[in-house]
Amino acid sequence: MTIAVAMKVNGKAVSGQVEARTLLVQFLRENLRLTGTHVGCDTSQCGACVVHINGKAVKSCTTLAAQADGTEVTTIEGLARDGKLHPMQEAFREHHALQCGFCTPGMVMSAIDMLRRIPRPDEATIRHELEGNICRCTGYHNIVKAIQAAAKVMGG
Amino acid sequence: MVENGIGARVRRKEDFRFLTGQGTYTDDMNRPGQAHVFLLRSPHAHARLKKIDARQALAAPGVIAVITGADLEAAGVGPLPCGWQIFNKDGTPAHEPPHPVLAVGRVRHVGDPVAAVIAETRALARDGAEKLVVDYDPLPSVTATAQAAKAGAPAVHDGAPNNVCFDWHFGDAAAVDQAFAKAAHVTTIDLYNNRLVANAIEPRAAIGEYDPAADRHTLYTASQNPHVIRLLMGAYVLKLPEAKLRVVSPDVGGGFGSKIYHYAEEALVTWAAKKVGRPVKWTADRSESFISDAQGRDHVTHAELALDKSGKFLALRVQTTANLGGYLSTFSTAIPTYLYATLLAGLYTTPAIYCGVKAVFTNTVPVDAYRGAGRPEACFVVERLVEKAAQEMGLDKTEIRRKNFVPKSAMPYQTPVALQYDSGDFITHMEAALKLADHGGAEKRRADAKKRGKLLGVGLSTYIEACGIAPSNVAGALGARAGLYESAEVRFHPTGTVTLFTGSHSHGQSHETTFAQLIAEGLGVPIENVEVVHGDTDRIAFGMGTYGSRSLPVGGSAIVKAMDKIVAKGKKIAAHMLEAAEADIEFKNGTFRVAGTDKGLSIGQIAFSAYVPHNFPLETVEPGLDETAFYDPKNFTFPNGTHICEVEVDEDTGAVQLTRFVAVDDFGRIINPMVVEGQVHGGIVQGVGQALVEDCIYDPTSGQLVTGSYMDYCMPKADLVPSFQVATNEGAPCTHNPLGVKGCGEAGTIGAGAAVINAVVDALKGFGVTHMDMPATPEKIWRAMHGKAAKAAE
Repeated sequence: MTIAVAMKVNGKAVSGQVEARTLLVQFLRENLRLTGTHVGCDTSQCGACVVHINGKAVKSCTTLAAQADGTEVTTIEGLARDGKLHPMQEAFREHHALQCGFCTPGMVMSAIDMLRRIPRPDEATIRHELEGNICRCTGYHNIVKAIQAAAKVMGG
Repeated sequence: MVENGIGARVRRKEDFRFLTGQGTYTDDMNRPGQAHVFLLRSPHAHARLKKIDARQALAAPGVIAVITGADLEAAGVGPLPCGWQIFNKDGTPAHEPPHPVLAVGRVRHVGDPVAAVIAETRALARDGAEKLVVDYDPLPSVTATAQAAKAGAPAVHDGAPNNVCFDWHFGDAAAVDQAFAKAAHVTTIDLYNNRLVANAIEPRAAIGEYDPAADRHTLYTASQNPHVIRLLMGAYVLKLPEAKLRVVSPDVGGGFGSKIYHYAEEALVTWAAKKVGRPVKWTADRSESFISDAQGRDHVTHAELALDKSGKFLALRVQTTANLGGYLSTFSTAIPTYLYATLLAGLYTTPAIYCGVKAVFTNTVPVDAYRGAGRPEACFVVERLVEKAAQEMGLDKTEIRRKNFVPKSAMPYQTPVALQYDSGDFITHMEAALKLADHGGAEKRRADAKKRGKLLGVGLSTYIEACGIAPSNVAGALGARAGLYESAEVRFHPTGTVTLFTGSHSHGQSHETTFAQLIAEGLGVPIENVEVVHGDTDRIAFGMGTYGSRSLPVGGSAIVKAMDKIVAKGKKIAAHMLEAAEADIEFKNGTFRVAGTDKGLSIGQIAFSAYVPHNFPLETVEPGLDETAFYDPKNFTFPNGTHICEVEVDEDTGAVQLTRFVAVDDFGRIINPMVVEGQVHGGIVQGVGQALVEDCIYDPTSGQLVTGSYMDYCMPKADLVPSFQVATNEGAPCTHNPLGVKGCGEAGTIGAGAAVINAVVDALKGFGVTHMDMPATPEKIWRAMHGKAAKAAE
């Protein structure tokens, strides 16, 4: 059985016929070929799949494509404008907050949502807020630094 | 000084694509007409595999084919090879039972692949696998390291009595016995170095593709060393000539050792693509990674240190049982032997060392190298013993180390366990670490913590590791079935840009930046004009990949050699063009100059001339500017350092908070300090993870993996650790490679575990606690504080 879904992804209207069991991350990666959103686990813990739905961070591996019907989705591909990185992306680059890059899209999307909710988090808050994102490379040290730096630039 | 050369904190060239979602990991790739494969895996730890009925599966929607071990055997597909031969004490070779791509007759661990279902989509392949009827006859299993060789334990492989793969030893037993006989004090320890799961965040993935027109196979795979996969899979498993086989490892999302090995899925998709006439793709779920990626550590060890009355080490005796799992993974046999016993001297002058290692088969996922690979295990044994000895003899933890360190003046230093340390200044990094950690203020912090109901503990560990296994002839004599050199090709293009082809592979290590810095420094080419290519056997001459912190010491040295050839050829061309003697040409900062004059040509002009050779010494020099070099190291490199950790243990709950972590490392010369610090941070957290939270647990009765997902296997998260203070000491560079570099990828993991456990034990000294196995969970600590034995898990 397939169902029709339609949503806005990174500002563009998209639609498709998908199996009802299709996850949002599958729709993004397989139907739309937006492969920046990654899958790192199957228990909704690693956070590599985080995207924004209507501006809020959501794990797209635990969301059905059907649930995103009619929403506005932003993925990592939708952040940079005209080749200019989003301040969070720029902070990650400046502070070497990524190594292999696999968890990075989810980290960046979560971090942006974190600052939306808590504009000037202290270190302990940042570390606590990253509970839903696992990085195996960086030891988190530079991710924390990057988020602190981005908070300053983003004018919280 | 060259811009963006050696020593500069250059921001990474690879970051833009990763930050914008444009990286290309294997699962991001889709080949035209591709089908998907799902692997049905054994739910049993040990069972006879009697019959697989595929009729219903084959009739399921979208299913294209079902492949079993019998099909592969009938087609002549060979078993997965082991890359290192170990010999028993008695000179006989280790037992190397076959490791079939798909199980035949028996399954030996939960996750052992049994059948492959190929279908139109991943979901349909999985649905089809539900319809496979497999007739298992369950057998008793053994998973615990200490139980495997006991009489009556279930036999994992026929022909391996008592489940022993090998019984190996190293060192001078007689000298050790003599030293123990005259020791004033002997410190003993029994410890379990717990099993870990590497957990690179990108699950493994592989796509096989076959081009009938060219009769050529391509394998895209998330691997740390594509050339080694081509060699092993081509020569041993599929028997394909290398010229007909291309292996590509595109962006790879972390490895930590787990993506070194040649895995069944790689051979399966490569073989199946030809069989079904379509590309075949496999991507692991995380649950599948837990039962199919090689795991790490898992040593049970009894160790004894003999000391004289002043606290000077006289001898070390170690007996370890190492769990290799159900089959031998590619480098599994080398890890608890030549990468472990040889490191037991640590930073110390211990004159006599003996180590026995019994390696056992169990009904568990195979064990192989995981970040550090043998060296964290050795460091843990040595540094726990040193700490315990200091405690027993009433010596300060720094004093006992100072007394026994190999002094800088003794370099090069021959250890009693084969290695010759070329360089190192151990006192200097320990003193620097003590200062950085404000060690003098620790007692005041301890008193302050006590007022808050917290027990402060200070842990110190020092480590030395051996990186860049070498030279190839020595490794070969010790059983390696491969060489351990690296290749580099520096290709100038006519307009002066450079492509560097390296046999190393980056899966987070920043080669695209660091290696470009080497070219900027060595040839004066702006870093933005350097492209680094890795991970493709069709594009790169050869390579041994990236593991064991070898990329810079071995791969970087190959780059230097190739650059030397470029400069040598450039001098000949410049001499002709500048009408000077070759001996008078100097090369500096990208310019060939006639010594003592202002006559010169840029390397870009030389490159152009090499490709448009109108004014060119064609009689003696070939056109073109493209040089390849292979570098075989003269010795290992020996990164070393000091880690200091402070913890606060909650008196009521036993919960541990890491409050301070300092690492001062000697990695030799540093190319990009930003990248090096990042490697240290990540390494530390993997060590801290083992020490405090990570644990791979099998149920001793059923053999099931209890910690088979992120729900149960505790990964270190951001709130487990504080920010770190890290520094390097460049005062003792490597003496035998052209860059003076030592490697930094594994150091954090090697030193951190012992530092954390030493700190926890220090915090609990008031309770008479002298040792704690990893991970030091609140439950274990609480029990230790309350004098209740920890639940017998092992």
